[in-house]
Amino acid sequence: MNHIALKMLMGDRGKYLGIIMGLTFASLIMTQQPAIFVGILSRMPSFIVDLGYPDIWVMDKNVQFVDDVKPMQDTELYRVRGVTGVMWAMPIYKGMLKARLANGMFQTCNVIGLDDTTLVGGPPEMLAGKLEDLRRSDGVIIDIDGANSKLANPAKTKGGKPTPLKIGDTLELNDKRAIVVGIAKTTKTFQSQPVIYTTYSRAMRFAPKERKMLTFVVVKAKPGQDLKLLTKRIKDSTGLAAYTQQEFIELTVMYFLKNTGIPINFGVSVLFGFIVGAAIAGQTFYNFTLENLRQFGVLKAMGATNGALLRMILLQAVLVGSIGYGMGVGLTALFGYSMRNTVLAFKFPWQLLVFSGVGITLICMFAALLSIIKVIRLEPAIVFKG
Amino acid sequence: MSAEIAVDCRAVKKVYDTGGDKVVALGGIDLQIRLGELMMLVGPSGCGKTTLISVIAGILNQDSGLCEVFGHDLLKMHNGEKLKFRSANIGFVFQAYNLLPALTAAENVSIPLILNGVKRKEAEKRGAEVLEQVGLGARIKALPSELSGGQQQRVAIARALVHNPRLIVCDEPTSALDHETGHHVMELLKEVALHKDRALVIVTHDARIFSFADRMAKMDDGHIEKVVSSMSEL
Repeated sequence: MNHIALKMLMGDRGKYLGIIMGLTFASLIMTQQPAIFVGILSRMPSFIVDLGYPDIWVMDKNVQFVDDVKPMQDTELYRVRGVTGVMWAMPIYKGMLKARLANGMFQTCNVIGLDDTTLVGGPPEMLAGKLEDLRRSDGVIIDIDGANSKLANPAKTKGGKPTPLKIGDTLELNDKRAIVVGIAKTTKTFQSQPVIYTTYSRAMRFAPKERKMLTFVVVKAKPGQDLKLLTKRIKDSTGLAAYTQQEFIELTVMYFLKNTGIPINFGVSVLFGFIVGAAIAGQTFYNFTLENLRQFGVLKAMGATNGALLRMILLQAVLVGSIGYGMGVGLTALFGYSMRNTVLAFKFPWQLLVFSGVGITLICMFAALLSIIKVIRLEPAIVFKG
Repeated sequence: MSAEIAVDCRAVKKVYDTGGDKVVALGGIDLQIRLGELMMLVGPSGCGKTTLISVIAGILNQDSGLCEVFGHDLLKMHNGEKLKFRSANIGFVFQAYNLLPALTAAENVSIPLILNGVKRKEAEKRGAEVLEQVGLGARIKALPSELSGGQQQRVAIARALVHNPRLIVCDEPTSALDHETGHHVMELLKEVALHKDRALVIVTHDARIFSFADRMAKMDDGHIEKVVSSMSEL
């Protein structure tokens, strides 16, 4: 009976395509929107991920997420270094400073100050220059996206293309000269601000004077240390907050999830995608069954069991579901691929495939269930009505 | 019961409940149909013809009375047994042909065999052979929409015959056809479908085909008024 079910389904091209389009749309929305959401989420802790080497992050106990800068006194660094089990601890400055561009415009930048001696916490990948070049006078390293766009030199002619910032170019940070000594690739941040790396002492010079300037202390534990116990020791002995890298990532992500409308906005989009997809696919599939009710009645009159008809409908639902799911997921992947070099946040982990698969399965089950109920209740005597 | 009796209905009653109103469709039918016989159920619209063949074919349960088909009381069968019995023993020809529009003629004809457990390829092969018998050997791959009304009814007859059932029920098989085509269809039914081990029951109010009947049961208002052997006795 399988080939009869498939021929019945594909025989009505309009309906067949309508059901598949509905399911494709649902699958697309249920993967594309969450993929952007996951992309955005993955950008929130990008600074922590890029600075992957340390084991533990120490900060003011009121810090809620990575960009929530609450500076500490420089002396906290030495207190952390004094905790048993700490192999080394280095200072990190992180702050938003205004850069003055060659055309006189200002651009807010994310300035990262690294320990002068070790340069621990530098960018994950250098595209031009070397990390050590930061030791040169007024040296800064700029991320490639910032160098190519927001910090680029303005076009010389009207309507022309801006010239990317390159090694040797200068800009001003808080009226102090900074010379580009390197271009780096960093993970895009949530705020999409250009990232500027420099030494800790130079960052102190660039930043407006405040009593407290130290943002984070990053810690490497001695080999064999239990990181949970070490973070507890640091908290107990300094009164500061201390998190493992994973804990700090979770803290940051959870802050955005709880305190911004992002999850609700995307959740609503996904829900609408599901509802609209279910409505289109469910209604079209149900209509398809209604229009074929007489044919099911003929089969029933000729001796087809309810089980056989149920299997036919399920097969039809599985087929349209699989095609719609595959096309939706494929379109999402294509969308992500076409946007790979843009500022759009997009991440498509396997969990989204499962999520969308479950959603499409639910829609198909719902559509099939409506049809199955109708067919099972069908009185075969319908075939004798002209 | 005699072995020559295909269908034996005694005091068969069926009442429809239409929103509080009781409509008596069959008011106590007594009718016997013999093997090798073409029995026509005739009468005005709403007289209960279709209800009676639905009961005889086992797709509708009577409220009371006995209806035995080849000695089997369908009312006493479980649903599964009834479906099995129906798929093996009864062939259907419908007024509106009721062919599945997405299937070819051979595929449509093969359905009863598939329902009886025959493999698809074998079923289609046998379907093509029966189509040959009804004069459609050249159109086995045609879709119903590519066939004329008469050809579609021939496919429907082939479908009713392919699994060699012992009873064929036809509901107004000629009402959608012109006189000549209807005549050909009836000739075909009598020639190909009717033999000593099979009975045909045809519901019709098309007087042009009455002459093909061996016997006719004239129905009115849920009752059989008389059973006659020729048109002149109606």
